[in-house]
Amino acid sequence: MRWQTDPLLVVDHLSMRFGGLVAVNDLSFTVGRGDITALIGPNGAGKTTVFNCITGFYKPTSGRIALAHGGAVTAEAADALTGSDQRHTHGEKPELFLLERMSDHEIAATARVARTFQNIRLFPGMTVLENLIVAQHKTLMRASKLSMAGLLGLAGYRAAEKKALDLARAWLDVVNLTDRADMPAGELPYGAQRRLEIARAMCTNPVLLCLDEPAAGLNNRESAELTRLLRGIRAQTGVSILLIEHDMSVVMDISDHVVVIEYGTKIADDTADSVKNDPKVIAAYLGVEDEEEAEAVAATTEGIKP
Amino acid sequence: MGGPLGDAIKKALLAALVTFGLSFPIVVFLTRVNLSNQLVLQPRWWLAGLFAAAAFIISFAVAILRPGGVERAPLTTVMSTAPPHPIIRILPRAGLVFLIAYPVLVLLATGNAGAVKWIDNFGIQILIYILLAWGLNVIVGFAGLLDLGFVAFYAVGAYSTGLLAKTFGLSFWILLPLAGILAAFWALIVGLPVLRLRGDYIAIVTLAFAEIVRLVLVNWVPVTGGYAGVSGIPAPSIAGYTFTMGPNNIATALGLPPSPLYRLFFLFYLILALVVLCYWVTTRLRTLPVGRAWEAMREDEIACRSLGISIAKTKLSAMAAGAFFGGLGGAFFASRQGFISPESFVFMESAVLVAIVVLGGLGNMMGVAIAATVMIGGTELLRELTVLKRVFGPDFDPTQYRMLLFGLAMVMIMVWRPKGLIASREPSVRLGTEPPPRTGPVTVPAE
Repeated sequence: MRWQTDPLLVVDHLSMRFGGLVAVNDLSFTVGRGDITALIGPNGAGKTTVFNCITGFYKPTSGRIALAHGGAVTAEAADALTGSDQRHTHGEKPELFLLERMSDHEIAATARVARTFQNIRLFPGMTVLENLIVAQHKTLMRASKLSMAGLLGLAGYRAAEKKALDLARAWLDVVNLTDRADMPAGELPYGAQRRLEIARAMCTNPVLLCLDEPAAGLNNRESAELTRLLRGIRAQTGVSILLIEHDMSVVMDISDHVVVIEYGTKIADDTADSVKNDPKVIAAYLGVEDEEEAEAVAATTEGIKP
Repeated sequence: MGGPLGDAIKKALLAALVTFGLSFPIVVFLTRVNLSNQLVLQPRWWLAGLFAAAAFIISFAVAILRPGGVERAPLTTVMSTAPPHPIIRILPRAGLVFLIAYPVLVLLATGNAGAVKWIDNFGIQILIYILLAWGLNVIVGFAGLLDLGFVAFYAVGAYSTGLLAKTFGLSFWILLPLAGILAAFWALIVGLPVLRLRGDYIAIVTLAFAEIVRLVLVNWVPVTGGYAGVSGIPAPSIAGYTFTMGPNNIATALGLPPSPLYRLFFLFYLILALVVLCYWVTTRLRTLPVGRAWEAMREDEIACRSLGISIAKTKLSAMAAGAFFGGLGGAFFASRQGFISPESFVFMESAVLVAIVVLGGLGNMMGVAIAATVMIGGTELLRELTVLKRVFGPDFDPTQYRMLLFGLAMVMIMVWRPKGLIASREPSVRLGTEPPPRTGPVTVPAE
């Protein structure tokens, strides 16, 4: 269980309120290094809110989101960092980040968490290739030295740009879009746009890739392709993947670890196989009557009793 | 009535009626002062009738010749990235060669007297607007920030040049970059409050900023001279030699016959150099990470943030880069005129610049340059149309119809080319791979 022994991301007592509405309520879970973790739950359960908190688009009302580079998140290290006024450790291994203290672009650039969106957000007027180059903004910006090295076309910048192009090209091959590299991204068919968005997120060189419903709107064949693509990405880069998904065949097929939430609270957290048979999860998805649910829960607790 | 003829007549009548209704309040009543100094209205119903008749004839002709209606350009969401037409591709070089030769050509064609007009009123005037429009193009075209107060940066450049030159006697060559830097600095100041705003709100804040700048120029009389403006701004000189009449005149020093043309040649090539600099810098910036971030921000701010791009830095850098060129334009304007006043920096100038950028094609530098040439050159050309006086009588002043023609041009462009004169976008980088044939295996869209 890598999410217990080698956690990359630890979400601790996360709560998010919008006025009187509690979208996420005291949620804790971990994401294991190299795992594909699925965050599932009925509509309105607060999955996307959790995503927005992790990626910095929302500031959580309370709670801690700790991420480590090059090692596991340990409670002692996280507590020590929380006690300081720092947002991340400097130069220590493993390097620790407190995401709830960082802004969205810092999380992407320094904590290296990349994300995609439920309703695809490409740069539609820019070409497929440009979308992938823009994603390498941080590296290229550093090489362009306040644009001066870039303006004068110095060798250092030209080398960095060539490297960026090579990386983009490699990802184009992975998502099978090389022949459409110079087309405006907005003119791609839907499935290709989904793949491009994933490739663009990967061009930021993330340690954690967050995918918000990557299979939404895909047909069965495309979903199967997506599953293959995600497995391939993980095998090649070792990136950890956290995804929200409604398509249960995709979830059960690729997830090492499934976290189920309902009304902002966690109701199950285990391997795909055990979650699949969890009566609370079944109840949440099938909408069982309250009494039946209570009975079902009672039945399992009895079953677990020695 | 029925059939195509009946429809055409119906359409034409409607067009005539609308035109009459629109022109009635604008052209029918001419106000003039009579001998006893009273304001009198002179009705000119025939003029509105003339307009309506013209609308009827045009609409009728169009309906008969094009029964299917005028073909409009399709409203697509994304601009084509197909390689541009060969003519557009050679336009930057061809245009530069033409502009370098332009003053000489004009001198040969029209002689000394005509050359003054063609170099100054046309050449220099148009080049100033190209410089300003390209500066604004960085902000509106690349970064997608609708700036309705660009004239403020032009004013900052002009007044800082004028005041610093007069107060501290600084040379034009120091003031030129300084004016650009000061304009960029003010862009950062106005940029800070708009960081959290988008779209229409940016337009309002920048519009207000330009008004504040103008009102400060009008009311801070001890410094800016108020409506009287700043006069006697020294003209640029090279190594102490001036191009204006005076003791250090360069022509006298070189033993050449005195002529106002030396000054104009110098000013023309100076503004041309600034325009070329602006072109070189902006086209290069566009292919750099900062320029790509501007365009990405125009396309989707949220996606930018998810990729580690700081929206604050991106917005401010676009505002500052655009304003820098506005400041250069202002510095040039101040030393060319020798006199500046708040009247040169009214909202109308900002509006004309936005119109030029939109008409040319947002983000397309050649399109913007063509639009500036047509708009500013066309306005100047109206002054030349003395022929019309013979048709409409000696009182007819064609320049009064400037705005009418301006509006007409905008409507036509928006109907036929809704994305501007040149509605394509050259990618900042190409891979050069061929797209698959249309019949090839295409991913099946979702059901």
